[in-house]
Amino acid sequence: MTLLRIEDLSLSIGPHKILKNVSFSIAPGEIVAVTGESGSGKSMTALATMQLLPESAETKGAILLGDLDLLAQTEPQLCAMRGKDMGMVFQEPMTALNPVKTIGDQVMETIQIHTTMTRAQAEEQAREMLTRVGLPTDRFPLSRYPHELSGGQRQRVVIAMAIALRPRLLIADEPTTALDVTTQAQILDLLKELVVEFGMGLMMITHDLAVVSEMADRIVVMRHGEIVEQGKTRALFEEMKHPYTRALFEASGHQVNLPERAEVPEPILEVRNAVRDYVLPRTQLFAPRQYHRAVNEISFTIHHGERVGLVGESGCGKSTLTRAILGLEPLQSGSITAFGQEVGPGQNPALRSGLQVVFQDPYGSFNPRHKVARIITEPFHLMPDPPTGEARDRAIAEALVAVGLQPSDAGKYIHEFSGGQRQRIAIARALIIRPELIIFDEAVSALDVSIRAQILDLIADLSRSHNLSYLFISHDLSVVRTVTDRVLVMKAGEIVEQGETQEVFSNPQHSYTQTLINAAPVLPIVGQGAA
Amino acid sequence: MIRSRNLFIGGLLCMIVLVAAFVSFFWTPYDITTMDIPNKLKTPNAQNWFGTDHFGRDIFSMIMIGARTSLAVAIVAVGIGMGVGVPLGLWAAAKKGGWADEIIMRGNDLVFAFPSLVIAILITAIMGAGAINAIIAIGIFNIPVFARLTRSGALSLWEREFILAARVAGKSKIRISFEHILPNVANLLIVQGTIQFSLGILAEAGLSYVGLGAQPPTPSWGRMLADAQTMVSFAPHLALVPGLAIVFAVLGLNLMGDGLRDMLDPKIRVVRS
Amino acid sequence: MLRYALKRLLSLAISLVVASLVIFAVIEVAPGDPASFMLGINAQPDTVAALRSELGLDVSKAERYLNWIGGMVRGDFGTSYTYRTPVGQMIADRMWVSLPLALYALALSTIIAFPAGIYAAARRGKPGDMAVMGATQLGVAVPNFWFAMMLVLVFAINLRWFSAGGFPGWDEGFWLALKSLTLPAIALALPQSAILARVMRSSLLDILGEDFMRSARAKGLSRRQALWRHGLRNALIPVLTIIGMQFAFLLAGGIIIEQVFFLPGLGRLIFQAISARDLIVVESVVMLLVFAVILVNFIVDLAYAAVDPRLRART
Repeated sequence: MTLLRIEDLSLSIGPHKILKNVSFSIAPGEIVAVTGESGSGKSMTALATMQLLPESAETKGAILLGDLDLLAQTEPQLCAMRGKDMGMVFQEPMTALNPVKTIGDQVMETIQIHTTMTRAQAEEQAREMLTRVGLPTDRFPLSRYPHELSGGQRQRVVIAMAIALRPRLLIADEPTTALDVTTQAQILDLLKELVVEFGMGLMMITHDLAVVSEMADRIVVMRHGEIVEQGKTRALFEEMKHPYTRALFEASGHQVNLPERAEVPEPILEVRNAVRDYVLPRTQLFAPRQYHRAVNEISFTIHHGERVGLVGESGCGKSTLTRAILGLEPLQSGSITAFGQEVGPGQNPALRSGLQVVFQDPYGSFNPRHKVARIITEPFHLMPDPPTGEARDRAIAEALVAVGLQPSDAGKYIHEFSGGQRQRIAIARALIIRPELIIFDEAVSALDVSIRAQILDLIADLSRSHNLSYLFISHDLSVVRTVTDRVLVMKAGEIVEQGETQEVFSNPQHSYTQTLINAAPVLPIVGQGAA
Repeated sequence: MIRSRNLFIGGLLCMIVLVAAFVSFFWTPYDITTMDIPNKLKTPNAQNWFGTDHFGRDIFSMIMIGARTSLAVAIVAVGIGMGVGVPLGLWAAAKKGGWADEIIMRGNDLVFAFPSLVIAILITAIMGAGAINAIIAIGIFNIPVFARLTRSGALSLWEREFILAARVAGKSKIRISFEHILPNVANLLIVQGTIQFSLGILAEAGLSYVGLGAQPPTPSWGRMLADAQTMVSFAPHLALVPGLAIVFAVLGLNLMGDGLRDMLDPKIRVVRS
Repeated sequence: MLRYALKRLLSLAISLVVASLVIFAVIEVAPGDPASFMLGINAQPDTVAALRSELGLDVSKAERYLNWIGGMVRGDFGTSYTYRTPVGQMIADRMWVSLPLALYALALSTIIAFPAGIYAAARRGKPGDMAVMGATQLGVAVPNFWFAMMLVLVFAINLRWFSAGGFPGWDEGFWLALKSLTLPAIALALPQSAILARVMRSSLLDILGEDFMRSARAKGLSRRQALWRHGLRNALIPVLTIIGMQFAFLLAGGIIIEQVFFLPGLGRLIFQAISARDLIVVESVVMLLVFAVILVNFIVDLAYAAVDPRLRART
């Protein structure tokens, strides 16, 4: 018996074909994961099932929920089904809730628009649902507003909203992508329990193969709007008939070939008891100022040739630490020394040239009005005597070639490049003045897995050819594990554990490190994929 | 299609006003400094396209010269607003949360509490009426408009990573403000500039109408309307023509502003996505 | 909430003090000696001296400022030099025309703009939207005082539905007085409602793109229900700002419109005072206008907090 059957679904928006002949089905109580990289059409499949597509979308084929074809339903009929027969959970819990309505009202709304329950009854059911998703109403009363909750808690409210009427089908579109690993694990567990308890079918959209492998009964792999392969989770990972599935799997667990560390015990970056406080907004008009200690007495050293990882969840203070190391923010106490010189906002720029940075966002890292040549030569500003004329052109060409681009790319604008290429340009900008230490601040986090694998390889290659040291900051444990020699684990402004990467990962000492490692979903070890 | 149409029509209307104002420096159909009483209050006809006023002066010629006054006042007022407001906004954003930011923003709030009419009243009360008052009053009113806009645009840019990259490259905040921030808020400023320009024309007309702006004999559209008021029952064209001239110019500027926004905005979005 | 209100109140007080200092500086310090300025060049020295002592100019500037402020707090705005009557009374009389006019116009403008903006947003890109947007484009471009003259031409002179100007006073009956304010209020309101409708529309369209609107649709709300239940209140936040600013424009704009309709409001008072060089009256009226603007901003700030719980939580 099937609950949802999608048959030959094709979808186009204007001239763009978004989905091509997509067919798969979901049984009650079954978790089907739809996976693929950006542009694969996985989210559009979810929205098509909810019939929440942009107005200009044209669909062909059939989406059968039970024996009703959703494509043939009128809008009022669909409204009567959404929320009652099928619910949806979205990616961004921070914006998925109406900021001016209480969480109780928002959960009750689902109940009230579909049933004739009295307000008191609806309230009772909302209370029950919120308790069920882990927000007991004695600690999280219905009168709370979304902004009073954390991201994970908000996602629980969104889930409660979606399942309030026990729909037959739940669609979750990247429900944990915006969350930290420990929260992610909790939300995934919750979804699994709910599927069993309510006998729902769950369509889970995710880019993360590790999550997929732990959650799903069956997997649908998509690329460019088409299904390339589908099957039972175990069988699919065992066989991986389609080369794309294999490539995706390989890229997800990509291991780089990191060159041997050239151990020269010469410290290039020393952080000693660094403290950074932020002033909080006053809670009372004349109350004394409150401070938030974002970085608390942190000390570590990076030696020449070392590749160090820094892991931690959002809000742990890793971005603040990065800014302090870059000399963009002052410390309240302690010191940061790079190449024997104290770092700080008043520092001589020439002394900063040994230290460069690559940021996360491939779209926000560049002035859209400048050409590549101007963008990547910006660090020349740090040099007392920057190269000009031919020497400058040569430096530009060298940097571009080093990151796998063409010298002719120097004359292009940034919007002509893809996300992965932009991240290469960001690396070229960091490399051009031949720094000894580069900080990679979540530098691969915004990239699709296959692109991410390429950039990680590039970083390993550069570490070999340029004898680079780097500090690799990431929330992603699997990535840090492959590109670093040593790792620091950060929590609430403090470093709770540090040591050799392999040692820390295989034998974590601190309970927080253990929690992190246990929470992180892992890819299954399977025959062909591992080869 | 609609976008380019807005820009095209708006640009055309503005062009007509601009040309009329420019040509009036060298030539107008009639001399408006001499009276021609026998010819007074003529309705629009082949000789006087827009008719004549109570002194027999050609209204078409007065509209041309009036365009000059309107444009001059509005241009200088927008210039004052941008010239003072934009650097203040850049400064406030660069020093976000600091005392300079606080003072600039509170100062802005304060100036917002003085509508340009009130400023004009204050100035006129102690200095007497004149077109300069209108310029100063509208100009002062424009300062916080541009300062706020620049600051909010700049603040979101300061969060962007390319600004962090420039800071890592050791560039000073002043240099970053002019090299990276200003060019990226220019679109916003251009669009707002056309809107403030049109508001300036409306404000100048209003001030001249109540006698706080351009004084006779300088022809101005608002002044012409004030003169027309007592005669509106028997010579409605005296009131109709200058009013339509204002609508024409303001509509042109607004359409152009909308067209520019539609044209410039998606480009920013394309770059981002 | 109370903390937030107190903080806004403090900021209101500071704004008032600074604004009063500015006005005092311009009116009483800039022209040199206000007494000789008010009397003109040909005044007799003893008349000037008499006026000086009458205006209380023989004390220090700081003392004068404090006297002025203290007087206003007690409701004593001084005595008009030209009319020889208390300024407070004159202003109070005129306020009974100007304030109702501004409120009337604000009400009209809101009543017209809300439905128009919501309608246009709900029919984005369709002919209904185009028509509303076209009308607002024109509305924004029309100077309100000229529009007022056209209204007089059509409805008073040609159709004779209204009188061309003047104000009978509230004693002559509420409806009669209201009727004589109707054309002025329409003239003020229509151009403002065009702006407000555009803001309402664009604000709603911004909200329609928010994630939580999609969540609302996923619950089973229709487009219209989602717009009313979730869109409107969020869209109101920028709209409130504009309404607050509009009140200032309406009060100031009213001064101009009063000239068209020969209404005995603040506008008439202030223009007579300017030509008579009656600085005391000018100063008080200006202070009152500025006070009104600051007060409305304060109310708008409180309204924000009522609409947006995030503000209530912050101080």
